[in-house]
Amino acid sequence: MRAPERIQALVAFVVKELRHILRDRQTLTILLLLPLAQVVLFGFAIRTDVNDIRLAIVDAAPDDASLALRARFTGNGRFRVVATAATVDVLEPLFRRGQADVAIVIAPGLARALADGTPARLQLITDASNPNTGTTMQTYAGAVVRAWQAALPGARQGVTIEPQVRMRFNPTLESVNLFVPGLIALVLTLVTAQMTAISLSREKERGTLEILLVSPLRPWQIILGKVAPYLLLAFANVVTALVAAWVVFHVPFRGSLLLLLAASTLYALVGLALGVLIAARTESQRTAMMGSMIGTMLPSTLLSGMIFPIASLPWPLQLVSNIVPARWFIVIVRGIMLKGAGVVHLWQELLVLTVMFAVLFAVAIRSFRARLA
Amino acid sequence: MRALRFLLRKEFLQIFRDPALVRMLFLIPVVQLLVLSNAATFEVKRARIYVVDHDASSMSRGVVDRLAASGRFARGGGSGSVALGDDALMRREVELVLTIPEGFERDIVRDRHAAVQLLLNAEDGAAAAVTQAYAREILVRYATELGAQLLPATALAGARAERPPVRGQPAVQLRTRGWYNAELDYRHYMVPGILVQLLTIVGTLLTAMNIVREKEAGTLDQLNVTPVTRTVFIAAKLIPLWIISMVVLSIGLVVAKVAFGVPMLGSLFLVFGGAALYLVAALGIGLWVSAVTETQQQAMFVNFSILMVYLLMSGLFTPVSSMPEWAQWVARVNPMMHFISLMRAVMLKGAGLADVARQLAVLATAGVVVLTIAVRQYHKRAA
Repeated sequence: MRAPERIQALVAFVVKELRHILRDRQTLTILLLLPLAQVVLFGFAIRTDVNDIRLAIVDAAPDDASLALRARFTGNGRFRVVATAATVDVLEPLFRRGQADVAIVIAPGLARALADGTPARLQLITDASNPNTGTTMQTYAGAVVRAWQAALPGARQGVTIEPQVRMRFNPTLESVNLFVPGLIALVLTLVTAQMTAISLSREKERGTLEILLVSPLRPWQIILGKVAPYLLLAFANVVTALVAAWVVFHVPFRGSLLLLLAASTLYALVGLALGVLIAARTESQRTAMMGSMIGTMLPSTLLSGMIFPIASLPWPLQLVSNIVPARWFIVIVRGIMLKGAGVVHLWQELLVLTVMFAVLFAVAIRSFRARLA
Repeated sequence: MRALRFLLRKEFLQIFRDPALVRMLFLIPVVQLLVLSNAATFEVKRARIYVVDHDASSMSRGVVDRLAASGRFARGGGSGSVALGDDALMRREVELVLTIPEGFERDIVRDRHAAVQLLLNAEDGAAAAVTQAYAREILVRYATELGAQLLPATALAGARAERPPVRGQPAVQLRTRGWYNAELDYRHYMVPGILVQLLTIVGTLLTAMNIVREKEAGTLDQLNVTPVTRTVFIAAKLIPLWIISMVVLSIGLVVAKVAFGVPMLGSLFLVFGGAALYLVAALGIGLWVSAVTETQQQAMFVNFSILMVYLLMSGLFTPVSSMPEWAQWVARVNPMMHFISLMRAVMLKGAGLADVARQLAVLATAGVVVLTIAVRQYHKRAA
């Protein structure tokens, strides 16, 4: 075949693949709507802050002082009193049923103890089954008690060091700002790695891949034809996610859009190479799907820093996270969007992704060729 | 009944004939539990600080020392310029910049009050919030320590709890206790939830794929022309996967106990009872997906989008109580949320039947509703 014919064949093949995808309206709709749904979910529903703390009060002998302390809690918007009792017996069932988060136990005779200067005993009990929220709730409750204590008549003025905290790059700690970059990575992984793996292994399962392989098309052309439509789709997804994030949630965009799109394309290529590799190494759609789920989706959500910070991982997992492409991509996207970082700051991450693509692509092509023999 | 027996046998044969699938079925729980439980944490082990100390006094050095001594922070550089610190933040070399203004010691001695500036990289929002909380705690403790030092010798005893009572000088003794997870091991909290996620993925995905696969291969049409009834067919499809999911749960529970030492304070019977009910709903969703899709690829995507919403609204990673009101209502109709809260209550808090009766009732209802919808959707139709 001469060169122009070859190009013609390739174009025809790409058109065939595009038709395949466009004909399956259901999948297409999901693929286009998924990023939107995710942005909305993350933006509205997923929060990591603790706002509504359900408080149980155990006050055996209410007096002026204990009522003043209780008023501090009821007046604080974070706390909601769910039970007031005279004994601690009620706490166990309340906690077990998940109806209370924090309990404050006030020993009888609080007013007298305060006036006499004898130790006034207070106890804060938290449901620490979730250590994170448990610690946070304890801190909030402790702060209420301390504020009450400082306002007591005759209280000694202690030393205070006031931390003036500024959250750089995301002053309000909006979770949507943090999740959108991760989301883009997730959707790209899904569309590129997983879709490619499944669509290729589908052709394998049906035997149509063998037919394609004996056609005049070269293996790299087949792969390119298979991959090109998904690349387009991935691009559309990035744009929808960005527009949704920008229009609905006003996620800041401080860096260069061009750099972001270039990086997304690079990341999409890595995903596609991974998808081809998975398809080449598995025999059925089912295994390809499971394989790509374990090989791409799980690490992309968990070992990428998308939800849980990399620094919190135990060191073996931190090591593993280095070979997860999403980890590098998320640094890039966050850097561009939130920090306005440029190539100067991000060249290392970009380089890592490029190397990953080169290696994966080489291996994928090899495993694909091996099938011909 | 005979038909059901034969079909069941066929299903088991089909599943166990695919060695890759079986391997994954039993490997996924172990790998997922080991990786997920270790990965799903917001705990910050060691944050690097960039120190800008304009005061250079013994008290300002004390602040840095206390932070470093806590083990939560490590010094990652320092200079006299905040701009250099900001640069380091930009390059991700440090997680926070601590600025101690000039006159810090003087202000504390004179006014009993001084401020420091903390600049955090909030790119990792959750981590930044946690880091900030640690720093605050350490500063409060250091302030108390300084307060005791600064008191005149006669009043020094007053800083202790066991000082003699003085009329008109209130002394408050605040004790804090965390129940159910004394060592604050986040993994103990995550493992029960992850087990639920595991069951959901295995159950829902396998059911959907299993039936759609027969659709794609055309063998479903062959089954449809046999006298096998819809009920028998569906039962034959669901029972094996239900059993496999229960086995996966058992493996998961063993791993949870052996690898993570997650306590099992409540009754194992309740856990399995809850799982038995929950799986009806989970498999029902898989069945529904298989009824509305034609190819495995479609099935996977429909499944994936349902599972994702399902998972995010379940309270597995983020507390449901932090969600806005409308989202909490959505979460309430999510069977996964109820099963997760049941698992956590039974395993970590030793909740009994009476404590989790509500969850069990919701799970049972969800099972019936989902299965009914799915079966109605499913027709013995040609093509």
